[in-house]
Amino acid sequence: MEKAVSLLKSFGLPRLIITGFLLALFVIAPFADINVGASLSDVLGRFGQNAIMVLAMVPMIHSGCGLNFGLPLGIISGLLGATMAIETGIQGPVSFLLAILYSTPFAIIFGWGYGKLLNRVKGSEMMIATYVGFSSVAFMSIMWLILPYKSPTMVWGYTGQGLRTTISTEGFYYHVLRDTLSLSIGSFSISFGEIIFFALFAFIIWAFLHTKTGTAMTAVGSNAVFARASGINIDKQRTLSVIMSTWLGALGILCYQQGYGFIQLYQGPMYMAMPAVSAILIGGASVNKATITNVIIGTILYQGIVSMTPSVMNNLIHTDMSEVLRIIVSNGMILYALTRKSGASR
Amino acid sequence: MSSEMTKPLLEMKNVSKEYNGNPVLKDVNFTLGQGEVLGLVGENGAGKSTLMNILFGMDVIHQTGGYGGKVLIDGKEVKFTSPLDALKSGIGMVHQEFSLLPGFTAAENILLNREPQNRSVLSLVFGDRANTIDRKELQKQAIAAITKLGVELDPDMLVAEMPVGHKQFTEISREISKSAIRLLVLDEPTAVLTEKEAEMLLKAIRNLSAQGISVIFITHRLQEILDVCNKVIVMRDGRIVNELDAAKTSISEMAKLMVGREVATPDSEKQEARPISDKVVLSVKNLWVDMPGETVRDVNLEVHDGEILGIGGLAGQGKLGIPNGIMGLFPAGGKVVLNGSEIPLNNPRACLDSSLAFVSEDRRGVGLLLDESLEWNIAFPAMQIQNKFLKPYLGGLVKWRDQSGIKKVTDKYIEQLQIKCTSSKQKAKELSGGNQQKVCLAKAFALEPKLLFVSEPTRGIDIGAKALVLKALREYNRNFGVTIVMISSELEELRQCCDRIAIITDGAVSGILPASSPSEDFGILMVGKTAKEAM
Repeated sequence: MEKAVSLLKSFGLPRLIITGFLLALFVIAPFADINVGASLSDVLGRFGQNAIMVLAMVPMIHSGCGLNFGLPLGIISGLLGATMAIETGIQGPVSFLLAILYSTPFAIIFGWGYGKLLNRVKGSEMMIATYVGFSSVAFMSIMWLILPYKSPTMVWGYTGQGLRTTISTEGFYYHVLRDTLSLSIGSFSISFGEIIFFALFAFIIWAFLHTKTGTAMTAVGSNAVFARASGINIDKQRTLSVIMSTWLGALGILCYQQGYGFIQLYQGPMYMAMPAVSAILIGGASVNKATITNVIIGTILYQGIVSMTPSVMNNLIHTDMSEVLRIIVSNGMILYALTRKSGASR
Repeated sequence: MSSEMTKPLLEMKNVSKEYNGNPVLKDVNFTLGQGEVLGLVGENGAGKSTLMNILFGMDVIHQTGGYGGKVLIDGKEVKFTSPLDALKSGIGMVHQEFSLLPGFTAAENILLNREPQNRSVLSLVFGDRANTIDRKELQKQAIAAITKLGVELDPDMLVAEMPVGHKQFTEISREISKSAIRLLVLDEPTAVLTEKEAEMLLKAIRNLSAQGISVIFITHRLQEILDVCNKVIVMRDGRIVNELDAAKTSISEMAKLMVGREVATPDSEKQEARPISDKVVLSVKNLWVDMPGETVRDVNLEVHDGEILGIGGLAGQGKLGIPNGIMGLFPAGGKVVLNGSEIPLNNPRACLDSSLAFVSEDRRGVGLLLDESLEWNIAFPAMQIQNKFLKPYLGGLVKWRDQSGIKKVTDKYIEQLQIKCTSSKQKAKELSGGNQQKVCLAKAFALEPKLLFVSEPTRGIDIGAKALVLKALREYNRNFGVTIVMISSELEELRQCCDRIAIITDGAVSGILPASSPSEDFGILMVGKTAKEAM
């Protein structure tokens, strides 16, 4: 009994409430004429689409840089990679690999600069990161118009220059992971491709955190002065973590695009950080502690809530609650977590 | 002093308290009469703070399920729900950490938020908020409080410019300026004071007691208990093990009761003079260190092979700056040579690479990863500096933490240093101060250094742990031939442990003496006179 109580305690009250709520939604769903199988597939699909962006939070949390509110920067690296891959005109799954390849140098360069910046503002990383994200989105909004893209699938039809706000990945890497190793039973379908892809990177991060450098990174986040006294170069570790987070952000958006089917430019990346931040917090991470388990649990819970609530609610009370609920959950969760100093379960 | 006729001022009956099922206080009973001075001693974690928290109705108590038993004041049961209630009943407390406004004068701090006021025209419109402060009356009341305490304190001095002792006096004056004050709790008030200031404080406690104010005095310095208290309560493991008459007890009796085992008196453990090698392992020339509050100006030192060199001196004179500067934690300059090769300054990594290790005086800030397990704390520096505890996988492609190796070394030190913990996986922040200090030592030992700096190894830890820590250091020195430089404010401790002791005054070495020299000689060096001048 005591063990069960302590287990529940480590799971945390917010997670317990959200899990309970999610389960309740699934129970109500059949009465609201909602197909449970399809809903489950929807949740899993969204998980596969979003999980890597949530994973992008982990390195920076470990090195003490806080939550990666600057995720849009990573996303922009991904968008650059995606648009350049499509520009080459090479179709099919190869374009996905090309997109990853092209976005990597951008992620490294942007991440390096972003890391250098964060090293100068120790203590207020998250606020600065938010504005790094916002201003990079604004800057790229200009660049998307100016950069000399030519591919007819991407540019505005009437001028022949400047990229469109949404670009379809159809014919390029649309559903390249989603349709790999997918399994359908009636209305329920699951894509192992996406899950394996996520599992691969989750494993890489997990393994990295077990190495000497990974251990040093965690120590920097846990107590920077201790790490310095142990001969660790704090700034170097932090920069490395920011580069990793930025690159994972780039990868995350590519993974999102292949499932979603569209590349969203201009204001698209603006608020992408919020769902990822709140997902990892729902998963039980805190500002300076996060694990892969937090990522998995958090993404499932968050995506479960935002996909289930609107459909169930709309069918029950016939008003569109989806956006309202999504905003309440994500911002509320961020607010809750930021007022808590500890609380990570590990 | 206390009259037998009236009810005692404070009485605790069968008070008990548990946190999450762990009893921390069991069946505590005592009484305190008016004007009595009660000494409260016990090791860290014996339950002293919990007892005081109950007395003050602190939030931590009722948030964790309240307490058992009764607290009676003047024979009537009270249940304080907040410290404010306790203040209203005339109980004041002075904490170890100061809560003073640095930019305000002593007088202003003493009467903060209780300032005497003058009504002005504006008050008619805006109410009492627009009253002005009656400066003359404020001064008068502040001086009255200071006089009542019987210390020398300038009411117009800014707190920011005060020496530590005066800050302490300001805090106490504030408590006794409250007209209803009847019981004052002093939590380790002398820990930060110089000997002279401590004496003044003890005198002040006697003054208060003579004026009928009761005092509960918590301290680790047992001599002070003998000096001022009427009776002493010794706590251990949440119980009162004994109530003693201060006039009839001795330091060794109290110490024995506190730790529940025989503590060897300092005399029998005194360092036997032993031959020290002439070989110099570390030489420091013209070292300066910019460490706030502990500035080192020009230190020249030679450390001999295999010795324990003590570095002593008064607080703020720069003794702490020496290891912090050499180890690269604060900006430093000068020349440091270890075994013939110069060590670059301002580079912690280079120091660690050349087999120096440092146990910081700032345990919680620098010494530990509070949120991580003991395993991490102990193995981390050795892993990072010397690539220990790493296991190759995939033919050496990746190297992971060697969990079993880490656990083994941690368990070894837990046993060797008698670290009290539930397992090697326990988080460092959950240990008591003394055990945290042992973890810091284990961390340094795991590096297997040639020369070890230990800064204030016994600060804030209780007698039992103190003896264990000092013993561990001595054994480490004897058994492995590791040279140790130990920095401490407690001269007695240095004299017990070290071969030679250097005294730092005003950022420079004022003299080095063998540990067997009489303490007066060290005292003369501390006040900034060289041995020659004293003669």
